[in-house]
Amino acid sequence: MSVEFCGLALRHPVINGSGTFDAIAARRAFGEDLAASFPFSAYVSKTITLQPRDGNPPPRLWEASGGLINSIGLPNKGLEVYLREDLPQLADLLGLAADGAAPGAVPLITNVMGASAEQIAELLGACDARPEIAAIELNVSCPNVKTGLDIGADPRQLAEVLRAVRGRTSKPLIVKLTPNTADVGACALAAQEAGADAVSLINTLRATALSPDGRSRPRRPWLGGGTGGLSGPAIRAVALAQVEAVAARVAIPVVGMGGVQNARHAQDLIDVGATLVAVGTETFRDPGVGARIAHELQEIMVGR
Amino acid sequence: MSEAPFARRALTVTGMDELGAYRLLRVADPDGPEPQAGQFAMLAAAERWGGGEEERPYLPRAFSIARRSDGESQFLLEDVGPGSRRLCELQAGDRLWTLGPLGRGFVAPSAGRRAVLVGGGVGIAPLAILQDALAAAGAEAAETTVLLGFRDAARAEGAALLAGARVATDDGSAGHHGLVTDLLEAEIRRDPDVVVYACGPAGMLEGVRALCERADTPAQLALEAHMACGFGACFGCVVPRRGGGYLRVCVDGPVIDAGALERVDEHAGAPA
Ligand SMILES: Cc1cc2nc3c(=O)[nH]c(=O)nc-3n(C[C@H](O)[C@H](O)[C@H](O)COP(=O)(O)OP(=O)(O)OC[C@H]3O[C@@H](n4cnc5c(N)ncnc54)[C@H](O)[C@@H]3O)c2cc1C
Ligand SMILES: Cc1cc2nc3c(=O)[nH]c(=O)nc-3n(C[C@H](O)[C@H](O)[C@H](O)COP(=O)(O)O)c2cc1C
Ligand code: FES
Repeated sequence: MSVEFCGLALRHPVINGSGTFDAIAARRAFGEDLAASFPFSAYVSKTITLQPRDGNPPPRLWEASGGLINSIGLPNKGLEVYLREDLPQLADLLGLAADGAAPGAVPLITNVMGASAEQIAELLGACDARPEIAAIELNVSCPNVKTGLDIGADPRQLAEVLRAVRGRTSKPLIVKLTPNTADVGACALAAQEAGADAVSLINTLRATALSPDGRSRPRRPWLGGGTGGLSGPAIRAVALAQVEAVAARVAIPVVGMGGVQNARHAQDLIDVGATLVAVGTETFRDPGVGARIAHELQEIMVGR
Repeated sequence: MSEAPFARRALTVTGMDELGAYRLLRVADPDGPEPQAGQFAMLAAAERWGGGEEERPYLPRAFSIARRSDGESQFLLEDVGPGSRRLCELQAGDRLWTLGPLGRGFVAPSAGRRAVLVGGGVGIAPLAILQDALAAAGAEAAETTVLLGFRDAARAEGAALLAGARVATDDGSAGHHGLVTDLLEAEIRRDPDVVVYACGPAGMLEGVRALCERADTPAQLALEAHMACGFGACFGCVVPRRGGGYLRVCVDGPVIDAGALERVDEHAGAPA
């Protein structure tokens, strides 16, 4: 069931969604059990920014009907500390050799985000220099400091930014599209034309929740960050429609995600055109679910 | 710190006991790792998890391991919402998804210091297994002081989980009429060479923290937070750290040295 994705030979089509699995923390919690049976065929880091970020004040979570609203705020140690401290630990855990060669290893995809073409260019350039990183995923759900509009929300703006930065890396570049836009297919096409090697979707859908104390006036938002993003089973049908729309518009590979809980859900995404499937929120319910989905997917494929 | 197997496991409920206003859930886990006092597990009923009000619960819920003996793990439950309510319904023979033991537990008192255990409400749970661990490590029963606070007499029946507890209730219906921190204040004045181990509502924990800071007494606080994962994946369970930034309660805690906190966040405690 091995699959080729942007020149990477992956053991199976199941990877993690960015920001939903911290391999370093997981190794502390689960020990060598984790390295011995790493559930994903490639590992995607959480979003890394140029400067360190603390993230949003708590509360950061709200359980919605069949889903989760999070307002985490992209906490991370910043590019420099990520490269210096996290990368060696990840390389060790994932079985990557110092030169990035990875026979039997789990390739590392680093997810980055910047608020301008200049910031993104710097992030891509720094990642390009590191052999441990197999591919870069660019999170474009970030307001552009110049326009205030999410970089990925508008096809023209997205293409403009991507053209300005594409030359900074020769590694595969995956653009993680935002679902909070009028025409996700047009954004995917713009990404392809501006040089993306793949697109991934869907990120969380903008959402909010009010504090359960119904007496306060005005009603306060529950989340410390005000609004958040919805993930999990509640968004699965939206994800299927968006992945289908995008796969119909582009020729580059598509990474599909959103509410995947089992192999049937993963198969649906593959059947509408996804090459890989990412699992996010379901991993919170069972950290071993990625391996189980990969295994069950194999059985479905063999049975066809 | 005990490591958890890298997948949730389906375990069988062996019993559900009543303990005043609380329930004591007993689960057979003969092959599971021995937890350290203060560690917790993420629990979800194997059947009918979801479908309550607002279609909740969806995510698993965090519970302190209250006791561990002969391959059986025990959890003290208080019904405060759809998740804890569903768990309270479980009966012998039912199946339960469990991930754990997770997190960093309590650190044993340094030589020459006695342990003072301070609990509030359902937050007494991790103190029971701590009392067991202290006794197993050779502490004389009389050396360990146990101070527990509850809202009322029905909840104060939970004190039976620990041996030799002194009780306070908010309404005076059992024990000292007032706060458990009143008892702690007197205790520290009597003997300041102690280590305080506390778990309970945020207000109580903040009271304990402030008191111990003033008395220069070391304190380990078992915090709580809304959790989605329990193993450091979601970054949802944070509390502000002294000096800036945040700590993840699930992997940096749940037991956190009081000195690492400026104050206890209003969301970081057990159900009040
Ligand atoms: C490390 C740790 C150890 C714990 N140990 C114990 C223990 O030993 N015993 C025990 O009884 N409990 C324990 N808890 C607390 C327990 O996890 C919670 O009481 C439980 O998760 C509540 O879930 P629920 O569905 O019953 O209630 P919820 O509905 O989740 O309600 C609990 C509170 O969450 C908020 N809330 C309401 N609706 C939502 C929503 N949609 N999304 C998010 N928040 C909402 C409100 O503030 C509400 O008061 C522990 C928690 C942690 C983190
Ligand atoms: C708690 C949480 C944190 C996330 N953090 C990131 C992130 O740092 N970068 C990113 O590109 N996507 C992030 N995501 C989005 C996921 O990668 C994924 O796109 C989304 O959750 C949909 O998949 P799911 O329904 O399987 O979770 C996060 C999602 C969650 C729930
Ligand atoms: S509960 Fe997910 S990081 Fe702590």
